[in-house]
Amino acid sequence: MPFHRLPAAVLVGVLAATLPCICAAQQDTQKEIERYRQLLAEGNPADLFEARGEELWKTPRGPKKASLEQCDLGLGAGVLKGAFAQLPRYFADTDRVQDLESRLVTCRVTLQGIDPAEATRNPFSAPGRPSDMEALASFVAGQSRGMKLAAPLRHEKELEAFRVGEQLFYRRAGPHDFACVSCHGENGKRIRLQELPKLTDPHDAQKIFTTWPAYRVSQGSVRTMQHRLYDCYWQMRHPQMDYTSEASIALEVFMAKYANSGEIQAPGLKR
Amino acid sequence: MADPMRIRASMAGDKVEVRVLMSHEMETGLRKDASGALVPAHFIQNVTVTHAGKTVLSAQWGTSISKNPFMHFRFKGGKPGEKVTISWVDNKGERRSDEAVISGG
Repeated sequence: MPFHRLPAAVLVGVLAATLPCICAAQQDTQKEIERYRQLLAEGNPADLFEARGEELWKTPRGPKKASLEQCDLGLGAGVLKGAFAQLPRYFADTDRVQDLESRLVTCRVTLQGIDPAEATRNPFSAPGRPSDMEALASFVAGQSRGMKLAAPLRHEKELEAFRVGEQLFYRRAGPHDFACVSCHGENGKRIRLQELPKLTDPHDAQKIFTTWPAYRVSQGSVRTMQHRLYDCYWQMRHPQMDYTSEASIALEVFMAKYANSGEIQAPGLKR
Repeated sequence: MADPMRIRASMAGDKVEVRVLMSHEMETGLRKDASGALVPAHFIQNVTVTHAGKTVLSAQWGTSISKNPFMHFRFKGGKPGEKVTISWVDNKGERRSDEAVISGG
């Protein structure tokens, strides 16, 4: 008598019965997460960071006792509206491609006379240690809310940055043999419940790239694109990504190409 | 002094709809810092909302409220142009009070 087969048959029966339930449960979970995000979006604490950023922007600081109001973010000195929508871009005065944060550092150094090391000393906040950069980035990004991303890709240095970024995106390295593409090269992937965007697919890129900087509920703070890259590099166990480094900006130029014409929803809100 | 609150108050039908974002660390007292020492509890304990001299909402909060809390509520009897005042006191005795003008629906 094939008695020993019985448990297996029972198991198959149980599996068949529960499978539809699991699928339904997953859909429900997804819906609940969407609902949770909507509820949170009504009171995005990034508002608080925008307000603090505006204050920092307008207050004279540093050895030169100057505000940042004359900062040139690419559309001319003092033009805030829409400036974030055209970053990263090439800047002639520094002769390099810069993203929002690296440009803010430039302005703090040139306009306010703050020491470069001091200007980049505290890019990522911790509890009880707020970061001026996170607040400033939130404020400037918020000034382009609703506009379409149009990061230029014409200047020779912008094109060079794109090629460098492309190399970095695809090149596997480190003890885990990881590259950006390992997580961001296919549609429909996720880590636990966090969906992973395929960053070379405009459909995904336009929705994701345009939501940084974003308030991260799990971290209780706004995090910037520089922090996202820093964290990705840490997660891949690659050498540390330096703040506003050429490599980080190259990756942003690469991502921006696919995200272009996506609507800016920054500062966003994330888990 | 804590950062200012962000308050939005507007008419929704015959009621006033208020959304408030507060800037506060809301430490539970259970978290440890990098050196392993407990971070002392620091949280908003009492929230009071007043309108035209009357308290319309009074709440006792604890450590289960998130960092940078968001509060959303409605009350009756307000009109556009009138003021709503929101204040909180935390367990260290720090306080903050902000007001907003009710906008038309």
